[in-house]
Amino acid sequence: MTDTAYNFAYLDEQTKRMLRRAILKAIAVPGYQVPFASREMPMPYGWGTGGVQVTAACLCPDDRLKVIDQGADDTTNAVSIRKFFQRTAGVATTERTAEATVIQTRHRIPEAPLTEDQILVYQVPIPEPLRFLEPRETETRKMHELEEYGLMHVKLYEDIARHGHIATSYAYPVKVEGRYVMDPSPIPKFDNPKLSDCPAIQLFGAGREQRIYALPPYTQVVSLDFEDHPFVASRAQHDCDLCGADGSYLDEVIIDDLGGRMFVCSDTDFCTTRRELGHIGRLGAPMTDEVA
Amino acid sequence: MGQMEQIAALAATPVALPLLQVDGLCRNYGARIGCAGVSFDIHAGEVLGIVGESGSGKSTLLSCLAGHQRPDAGRITYAGQDVLAMSEADRRRLSRTEWAYVHQNPRDGLRMGVSAGGNVGERLMAVGARNYGQIRTRAHDWLGRVEIAADRIDDRPSAFSGGMQQRLQIARNLVTGPRLVFMDEPTGGLDVSVQARLLDLLRGLVRDMGLSVIIVTHDLAVVRLLADRLMVMKSGRVVEQGLTDQVLDDPQHAYTQLLVSSVLQV
Repeated sequence: MTDTAYNFAYLDEQTKRMLRRAILKAIAVPGYQVPFASREMPMPYGWGTGGVQVTAACLCPDDRLKVIDQGADDTTNAVSIRKFFQRTAGVATTERTAEATVIQTRHRIPEAPLTEDQILVYQVPIPEPLRFLEPRETETRKMHELEEYGLMHVKLYEDIARHGHIATSYAYPVKVEGRYVMDPSPIPKFDNPKLSDCPAIQLFGAGREQRIYALPPYTQVVSLDFEDHPFVASRAQHDCDLCGADGSYLDEVIIDDLGGRMFVCSDTDFCTTRRELGHIGRLGAPMTDEVA
Repeated sequence: MGQMEQIAALAATPVALPLLQVDGLCRNYGARIGCAGVSFDIHAGEVLGIVGESGSGKSTLLSCLAGHQRPDAGRITYAGQDVLAMSEADRRRLSRTEWAYVHQNPRDGLRMGVSAGGNVGERLMAVGARNYGQIRTRAHDWLGRVEIAADRIDDRPSAFSGGMQQRLQIARNLVTGPRLVFMDEPTGGLDVSVQARLLDLLRGLVRDMGLSVIIVTHDLAVVRLLADRLMVMKSGRVVEQGLTDQVLDDPQHAYTQLLVSSVLQV
């Protein structure tokens, strides 16, 4: 078999054409879920088959790819998808947010601000924000069509009635350009404000559910809330124990069986960059010592 | 204003149009008749009962009126607007603001996974209420009006008795102040003492809010208590209609006579 039997970035050209048409339509109608013919990918559903297909459709040979899972570049999901594209597309990869042209992400938006030259691809498990309130797909489509979004507030009402505040902390529903209500994938609500007015193109791919949706650059995205219970982008009230950052989204790590714990940035690239610049947190050590 | 002017002003005021006008409504299921040739008017504040045995087309008629099914022929005019010619968006807006539908089984009309307060608040939020405190106050108010204790506001309907579920369904429907309420056997499946309380409550609400109601039932006692006018259906057609007391006390049609004489006396 010759080299030409293989296509750049795994997918055949007809599949990419289909995907790109869906992506263009999604960008033209921000927040609208565009159906597409999702393909079998060499990884299980739930591992980012939707994101991988969108990334494959966007990649060019001179792109530089970054893959993160919960903000980290070195977790299983991120490593296997990065390797997949190294082998099938031969593109350069990076862990630096600023150097990447395409970033595939699961559950986070990088801390570093994105630019107009970047594409952010989200892996989406369940694209339908109304799913758990209204199980009928025919009905939810009708509700999107007619902008009947009162039910979304019933969910937030239930949160306040039960917990005293809006307890939804991830996959927090948003309204796009005053029209479609959208599930921003399971990113923490801390990241919700970054969705709005973002210079980068944001694409969302749900493989199992066969839906693609998108936010073009500088789209207005508003998190839903009540007048007397406004949206709050919450985070753990600590500084990063490695780099000392006080405004980043933190992971809580249990470090012994005596109740000891540390908080570290979930965005590994952000944390590493800060430590290289000499910032040191409560439990951190200077970068040079670690390397030695 | 002089007397003559007053009379002139009165004469110039148009006679109040019926709230709902139904003309020649038909709905077939294949070759079978669901309901056929049904025509009636209902004015603001009027309660119309529809009775008949099972399979006589009462529920078919009600679901056609409420927009759950599309009739095969006929016209429905609500407050001067042709309901069947309306866009779906307008019709659905109408059915969650000015109309209400009380199902026979409260499980069909309630969200069982959502608390009582959320159930009552849903219609408010659907029409744009975005203040939690106000929604909560309205929910409290309405639970009180249907005699559900205030401390049950955060319980799910699955923890309620059948009678409470039915009252919750009524509260959920009436919270936006509708003008026209469709009820499909609202007292079905409830025991007699609970039925009596529910009827009492309904009668009070209908009078206080000036509601127009179309109530489908096979229980003649329910219509005797609630309905101003009565329509008797058999095999999909209206066989007799008139004032409730008139129809029940002096039935003209053979079927109505049979129906009235079949009621068990205690």
